[in-house]
Parts: sequence; structure tokens; C-alpha cells
Amino acid sequence: MSYPRIIPCLLLGDDGLVKTEGFSKGRYIGDPMNTVRIFNEKKVDELVLLDINATRNGTEPNFKLIEKIATECRMPLSYGGGIKTYAAAERIISMGVEKVALSSAAIETPELVQEISSSLGRQSTVVVLDYKKNWQGRRVAYTHGGTRKVSGSVLDHVDNAVAHGAGEVVLYSIANDGAMKGYDLAFAEEISARVTTPLTFVGGAGSLDDVRALIDRCGNVGAGVGSMFVYKSALKGVLINYPNPDEKERVLAEYARKYLSGTRS
Amino acid sequence: MIGIIDYGLGNVEAFRVAYKRLGKASKRVKTAEDLADVTHIILPGVGAFDSAMDRFNASGLWPAVKDAVENRDVPLLGVCVGMQMLADRSDEGQLPGLGLVPGNIRLFSEGQHGRMLRCPHMGWNEVDATKETTLLAGLDQDRKFYFLHSYYFEPSDPDAELAQTLYGAPFSCAVGKGAVYGVQFHPEKSHEAGLTLLNNFSEL
Repeated sequence: MSYPRIIPCLLLGDDGLVKTEGFSKGRYIGDPMNTVRIFNEKKVDELVLLDINATRNGTEPNFKLIEKIATECRMPLSYGGGIKTYAAAERIISMGVEKVALSSAAIETPELVQEISSSLGRQSTVVVLDYKKNWQGRRVAYTHGGTRKVSGSVLDHVDNAVAHGAGEVVLYSIANDGAMKGYDLAFAEEISARVTTPLTFVGGAGSLDDVRALIDRCGNVGAGVGSMFVYKSALKGVLINYPNPDEKERVLAEYARKYLSGTRS
Repeated sequence: MIGIIDYGLGNVEAFRVAYKRLGKASKRVKTAEDLADVTHIILPGVGAFDSAMDRFNASGLWPAVKDAVENRDVPLLGVCVGMQMLADRSDEGQLPGLGLVPGNIRLFSEGQHGRMLRCPHMGWNEVDATKETTLLAGLDQDRKFYFLHSYYFEPSDPDAELAQTLYGAPFSCAVGKGAVYGVQFHPEKSHEAGLTLLNNFSEL
């Protein structure tokens, strides 16, 4: 059976990779190409690259950089940020990026999700939903880097994304971004029980135990990790890292016991 | 010289980078003339079946590829949608496939493949050889590959199956007929196991 994916989630700012906290402006982490090369050596499951300024600044994706990164990557790559047209999505896929991610555009123009999904395939169509709790404790979606609240619950937007052909939904907790205090587990569990489309959760991972907790409760999902894979410790010195095979096996131990043993009959 | 078919869809450069790491020469194939000195052909593919077939048909490369495979015994490896294009037809589209490996492309369905099976099949999974083949040699230990697909290859002749992967139920993740091979997973994005497979292919 398939394995849960442990995914470094890289954020592209104006001059390189950055790491945000609660969708703040972001602290400079390093050069994207170098970082990708390090993740190649560490044999990561896949990579997510999100340009956090493109939509906010109203600019197009940085096609040149995306192509360089896609060529360098020895693992699958998802790219999101500033994709507003089918042509942009197709161009990115044709450069060798496995998946394109829509966020603001998926909410504003869901028919674009449908168009991309039907031509480029569902497996290459990702919708990223940024969310946080409102004063009533309901989780609501935001666009434009967490600056614009949209109506409807996150769950409605997930259903809508799937109905329009999304092959993966990424749920990004704005409040947990950079906090390193664990995933939004209750919500992750609720949503993974009701949606059969692949899901990836981002926001909150501070230790491999957090990743393990997510996988133990949700099963086969993607665990997106930002801060923990770019910082050495809670003191936040930059050091690109990723669990080695033994550490990974420990993270997946309970999952393997539940889902992998005895499935081969 | 390994030729990677460039018809506008698929990760041509990722294959070239992989072969560069292996110290083997490769080139991008855009025209029939480009195929002249090619000893191995890779047919990549991403996206929906019809859009991939449409683009490949429009490239005008088919007669030359067919000639290389059928008359010159040049090995061909279809990858992901490139593998699915080798079949006769797909449930995903209307256009006929290339018919190089007889079979149909089917959709994963929850009923067939167990409950709570996430679709598309996305992530790393094990490839178990069902036949002795050079393509899959040396992959007993490290045999996890990256999969990203909603449809899978159902060969008409069970003998064409080279390997299986379990996703709810087993499906054929690698097929072969003569010098034509297809793999559903992405060797170009599967770290060392992927390199081993691409190296095996170049030695066929």
C-alpha cells in the first residue's frame, strides 16, 4: 500500500526562500536551487513550492526559476502561486512540474480548476486552502496570502475543490504557520475521514512526533513541513534537514502496523 | 543515444538529468530526423489521456517511432501517461492509443479497490516484479517508486505484466511486449531506485 508523504513545503519570497510565521512577511532562508539540491540528497518524498508574493503582487509565476527547480528536482514537485490562467498551468506542467496548485484562483474562478483538471489530469491539479478560525471557532478560508477572508466554511471549499476536479487538497493553517506546536489535528482527522481525495496538511509541525501524530490519526495523508525542515532547532538557526530512513520508519511505524501488514494476501 | 520524445507534455529534462548522472548520452527528440541515431526511446507523459494523445499525434513522430520499434527493435519505455498511451484505449478519453501493448486503461474505483482508498493514487509504493526482466533487475531491496495517477493499465494478455503494485488490490504497474515497456510510476522522480531502472532500460 501507498505510504503517507512527508513533504518539505518551501515558500518563495522576492529574493529567495523565506519562512513565515502566521503568514508574516517571512525570514530569508536561502537560495532555492541549493535547498532543492540538499533535499535531493536527503531523498525527500516530494516537494511543495509556493510563491507567496505572486498573487499579492499581481505578478505571474517566475517561470524561469520554476523550470530550473523542476529540472533539478529528483522528486515530484508541486508549484503554487500566481497561477490565474490555464495557459500558465499548462506551461508549468510542460516544464516538468508534476502538480500545479491553485489557491486564490480556485476560490475566485473554480471553473479554472475544472479546466486544468480535465486537460492536465486530476492527479496534477491541487487546490491549496489557507484557513484560520474565526471568533466563533469556525474555520474559514482566506486568499491572497491570508489577507482576504472568503465566505463559507473550509469544508465547503474542500468539497467544492473536489467537485471541480482537484486531485489533492492542501489545508494550510495560518494560525499554526511557523508555530511548531503541532498540526490542527482535530480538524485534520475530521476532514480526512470525510474526503477520499488525497489531502496534505501544512502548519504546525515542530517535531517528528507531530508528524507521527498526524499520520496515526489520519492515515494516508501528506504531512507538509515548513519550519522544522529549514531550522536546526526552536532557536531557528537555518539548517536544511529531513528525517533519515530510520527516523522515517519510526514516524510511520503505527501506520505500517495498521495498513501495511497483512494487506498482501 | 537515449532519445526522449518531446511532444510538449512530460518531463524531458528530468530524464536527461538522470541520464547525465548515469554518464549516458541522451537527447530531446522533436522530429523524425532526431530519431536516426537513437538506440533507446523514452515516451514520457503527464496529464489527461486525450490531451497527451492529441499532442503526440500532432507532433508527427508516430510513423518514425513505430518504424524504430517495429523494424529496428529499438527499445521503448513509456512512463506514466506515456505508458498508458501504449494501450489500445483508455476509459479517460475517446482517442485510440498506440496499441503497442494490447490493453485498456481503467479508472481506480473505490468498490473495486477497497474502502477509503484515496484517488488519485499519489505517493511512494512498492513495485513487485512478477516476471524476470532486465528492466527491474537490482530492485529487490530498494523498490519504492513514486506514483501519481487515477487510471491504471489492464493488459489484455496477462503475460504482458512485468510487475504489480498493491493499491487496495494489485494492479499492473509495469508491462512489456517485445522491446516495448511501460511503467506507471515515475522513475525520473524516484531517487536511486528510479536511476537503477533507467540504467537497466539503457542496457536493454
